[in-house]
Amino acid sequence: MSNPELICPAGTPAALRTAVDAGADAVYCGFQDATNARNFPGLNFTPDELRESVAHAHAKGAKVLLALNTYPPAGKVDLWRQAADIGARLGVDAFIVADMGVADYIARSHPGIRLHLSVQAAASSPEAIRYYCEHFGVKRVVLPRILTIPEIREIRKEIPCEIETFIFGNHGLMVEGRCSLTNYLTGQSTNMDGVCSPASDVEYARHGDGSMSSQLAGFTIDCFGPGEKAGYPTICKGRYTAPHRSEGYYAFEEPVSLNLSRLLPDLIDAGVHAFKIEGRQRSKSYVRGVVSAFRRAVDDIRAGRQANIADLVALTEGQKQTQGAFETKKWR
Amino acid sequence: MAVREMTKLTLGPITYHWSADARRDFYARVADEAPVDEVYLGEVICSKRAPFHEADLPATIERLERAGKTVILSSLAEVMLKRERKATGDLSAMESPEIEINNAAGLFARGRRPHRIGPFMNAYNEATIAWMAGQGATHVCLPGEMPAAAIAVAAQAARELGLGVEVQVFGRASLAVSARCYHARAHGRTKDNCQFICADDPDGMPLRTTDDRPILRVNGIQTQSESYIDLLPETGRLVADGVTHLRLMPQSVDMVAVASAFRNVLDGTIGLGEAEVSLRDLCRGVRFSNGFYHGQAGYRRIAMAETA
Repeated sequence: MSNPELICPAGTPAALRTAVDAGADAVYCGFQDATNARNFPGLNFTPDELRESVAHAHAKGAKVLLALNTYPPAGKVDLWRQAADIGARLGVDAFIVADMGVADYIARSHPGIRLHLSVQAAASSPEAIRYYCEHFGVKRVVLPRILTIPEIREIRKEIPCEIETFIFGNHGLMVEGRCSLTNYLTGQSTNMDGVCSPASDVEYARHGDGSMSSQLAGFTIDCFGPGEKAGYPTICKGRYTAPHRSEGYYAFEEPVSLNLSRLLPDLIDAGVHAFKIEGRQRSKSYVRGVVSAFRRAVDDIRAGRQANIADLVALTEGQKQTQGAFETKKWR
Repeated sequence: MAVREMTKLTLGPITYHWSADARRDFYARVADEAPVDEVYLGEVICSKRAPFHEADLPATIERLERAGKTVILSSLAEVMLKRERKATGDLSAMESPEIEINNAAGLFARGRRPHRIGPFMNAYNEATIAWMAGQGATHVCLPGEMPAAAIAVAAQAARELGLGVEVQVFGRASLAVSARCYHARAHGRTKDNCQFICADDPDGMPLRTTDDRPILRVNGIQTQSESYIDLLPETGRLVADGVTHLRLMPQSVDMVAVASAFRNVLDGTIGLGEAEVSLRDLCRGVRFSNGFYHGQAGYRRIAMAETA
């Protein structure tokens, strides 16, 4: 049985302090630019903010993981290299990377700092993971959210690095790092710009019958009845019609979020080293609630006590949730 | 003109579940008539489909090579299951023909032996391309969403390393892949019990928004653009920027005629305007797009400014 770390999102310095104070073993964050996959307005850190945040985290015994997990387009590689150099100077504990060129640069220039392989690298087989371990010295892989627990257990036996899995938050449907849906509709790229369904392109249209539609760059992504709560227009959670599905259906996935709280003991038993909570775009109070609830649950399981799963289930109350691929391969 | 004569036209791998018969007919005609220099074969999208056409591969390779085409075998984009790992390992062990790798599992198996880098490998920049070249890559197909400025920098870096550089110039763009099969899902099935329903949609299953606007195409685990990429007007700039290979993706249209339109423009034997008209005629009812190339939303069609 492993003794898993709790890896928590920090979209802002305030969220970072909140996560650390609520019991995060490590927090992950990024700079205010395209070098990370949550390049949203109002989020992320300046170098000065990161310096103070690293000091706060280290003083509380928590680690800081810097996400450099996008793909530099040719001609802009220096921005990613400079971000790595700044992170190294400020004493971050690991870099989370996806691009081979970025991984190679860090492995050569900052060999003393751990490399974690981002989910954006989409390494979903032992061979792919071993490629990054052998060439760049990757110490941990963040697994795509597409594997069952027995599959994770098997992968664990065949790779020389630690495993981190998502346990809670947004549930991406596409292979991460291989999705250009947002760029197709908006002109902003998830891989190159760190943008997914950007708020600047979102509109909600109210119709005569009281219904509402959510739109991204002018494309209707979903529609809602007069009494329904309108969701955010993420392309892979949208409702579309197909020739034999004229009524409209969720072609990829319903708007659900991932909640693996019931599976925590099984994941620990499978040898997972770190549990990741998604949500750098979330509020401080959300971070506080989720991190402290999972802190208690992980501590209970470590101590051999029954975890109070009800608290965790309640965190997504009113919202549909799923165990996704982790529970059964029928999800595929 | 010397540079233009070197530019090669390639035919990408069939992404759809066309029947073995349809594939045989298609490649026989390509061998006899299509002015393409190189042809990529193999199943890139779904490992369940491979048994349907694998047996024909040797004959198809022989037929195409006899017609003077270079044949390259492409590997799966998504590798997770045992059979996918084995297929990738087996392909990576081949001495000939050339192989194109679309997943890091293939890079691991191939080691430093020569190989091409496929469009799913995310070779977005000169540093990554240099890394890959150092590991045995001889050729790189750039990701479909890269804008012109980045293509130019990447192409120059790749050429300096002696690599071929390829860009998709025709056909639906690959926008996403997944572990989940959306064809099966649309029919209330799972991937393991799909009954190969994707065979019913040889040009992808159209998705429309609920207010009836065409938006995407489903092809098994892959999501494609509704529009066909058409970079015919941009071929001159692509070639000038150092791109050596232009990739046509097989769609359910007359691909021989499509290839001829591109070949004629590259050779300067017909005017761009005339070629565009014939391409539109060949693909009636299909929207064309070039937004990615111009750094705009991918679905958009950006008109070329008149150049003096």
